[in-house]
Amino acid sequence: MFKKALSSPYIHNPPFSTRGMMFRVILALLPAAAAYAWLFGWGVVVNMLLATGVALLCEAIMLALRGRPLQPAITDGSAILTALLLAFALPPLAPWWLTTIGVAFAIVVAKHLYGGLGFNPFNPAIIGYVVLLVSFPRELTLWLLPAQLAEHTLDPAATLGYVFGATLPSGLTIDALTAATPLDAMKTQLGLGHTTSEIMANHPVFGLVGGKGWIWIDLLLLAGGVWLIYRRVINWHIPVATLGSLFAISSLFFVLDPQHSPSPLFHLFSGAAILGAFFIATDPVTAATSNLGRLWYGAGIGVLIYVIRSWGGFPDGVAFAVLLMNMAAPTIDHYTKPRVYGHDGSGDA
Amino acid sequence: MSNDYSDIARNGLWSNNVALVQILGLCPLLAVTNTTINGLGLGLATTLVLIASNLIVSSIRNIVRPEIRLPAFVMIIASLVTAIELAMNAWFHELFNILGIFIPLIVTNCAILGRAESFAVKNPPLPAFVDALAMGIGFTAVLVVLGAMREVIGSGTLFANAHLMFGEWASVLTVTVIKEYRGFLLAILPPGAFIGLGILIALKNLVETRSERIASREKQSTAVAQGQ
Repeated sequence: MFKKALSSPYIHNPPFSTRGMMFRVILALLPAAAAYAWLFGWGVVVNMLLATGVALLCEAIMLALRGRPLQPAITDGSAILTALLLAFALPPLAPWWLTTIGVAFAIVVAKHLYGGLGFNPFNPAIIGYVVLLVSFPRELTLWLLPAQLAEHTLDPAATLGYVFGATLPSGLTIDALTAATPLDAMKTQLGLGHTTSEIMANHPVFGLVGGKGWIWIDLLLLAGGVWLIYRRVINWHIPVATLGSLFAISSLFFVLDPQHSPSPLFHLFSGAAILGAFFIATDPVTAATSNLGRLWYGAGIGVLIYVIRSWGGFPDGVAFAVLLMNMAAPTIDHYTKPRVYGHDGSGDA
Repeated sequence: MSNDYSDIARNGLWSNNVALVQILGLCPLLAVTNTTINGLGLGLATTLVLIASNLIVSSIRNIVRPEIRLPAFVMIIASLVTAIELAMNAWFHELFNILGIFIPLIVTNCAILGRAESFAVKNPPLPAFVDALAMGIGFTAVLVVLGAMREVIGSGTLFANAHLMFGEWASVLTVTVIKEYRGFLLAILPPGAFIGLGILIALKNLVETRSERIASREKQSTAVAQGQ
């Protein structure tokens, strides 16, 4: 059915090797990762290192089991990128087994059981995250307070103690360190019948636009994403369509009912919207491949994010939105095949 | 003749397994295997229905006209399932409540009509009985293994609720495999069933390719030996 879908090889003007591409994406992610670590403490660093280690280990084991050469796949950076993206989505004090299960599932099941890099229909990092979200909802909502608001911060030793041993320094409880994320707080409070302006004014986690502190991470992600477009690692279509449609649909509801709908900027700068639009939805393996298809694909993600955030059971919907559109990508490709010069565009010769 | 029966048994238990090869009866297979005992209960109920329907279909195979055979088979299966349902409601009431809609849904399990149509209607009662027994046990085995996998990974226990099936003494059968386990919800939820079944099918195929490879190697070596 999908025989006519676009597929590789894209031999015209290949800008980068797989490796060059992966490492540029990782580079673009680093400033935001640094800001994330600065705001939420050492747990972020521990998560990222642990996730990277587990990812490389699982990658090596799976390559060995499948009888593939180790060196090219290990050094192409794709496993590291998967690990970093997943670690970005995890709470800053995730216990070690949480990170390990998520990364292992992402690499072993979502990547290698489907045939390895280039054959996976779903984004591995997102699959790993969704497995954790569905299986351990409580652990995934234990988010730390950002540094400006927190009364206690954990030093590296205490962080390691919690991540690997589930112990905290005496006198501290996990509840004293954690708080609901801005999206979670907004959803709960709206459910209790408060209006958005009350919620933003009364709860310390909110800043001017979205969560206090979170905005810096999102601005750095945005800068990294724009740099990736400038360097032509990714195309502008998917991020613009994703954020544009999210902005459009949230504006519509904001204009209709400003007291019960968070502002469009709140939606853009909360949760994983920007991370998803620039770094996850643009994964060339799982996204739509023609430019028109990319616009549809991104628009679908943006609308689904809004729908899941507003009427779904989870506070954020980026992961589920990207997975649903991953599933739709072959169909989008089928219907948005560009007309080849000399053919009439009907698809038949 | 005994060779025939062992072929039938091997077919049902392994090489033509209802769940792993024919991939039939997925709805109950995926829905109730969140614990071992649920899997066992549904597997045994299905096996009973399968044996009774194969026996009846096989013994009336020369009386029923081919034009109306399918409605006749469906009526037989539906009556049998109703009987089993009433029996379970009477004697295993709590298990019946857990399995709920999936007991009446045995009617729609393609495996039962499939065996009636592809085996029982062409064979005398004794082979039909052996076929039903083998197919039923093969299906039950997969349900139990999948249920055990999902139960251990999902909630850290094994044979929980065994007393619902075997009476009060069986509570001692319940094993807590992992103490103070937080639970891995994915394994209990429907995706866990799909992933678990996928892993079981993969394992079966792995075993088959291994044994084929060994067999062909032995054949080669005997051929070489004979050649010399």
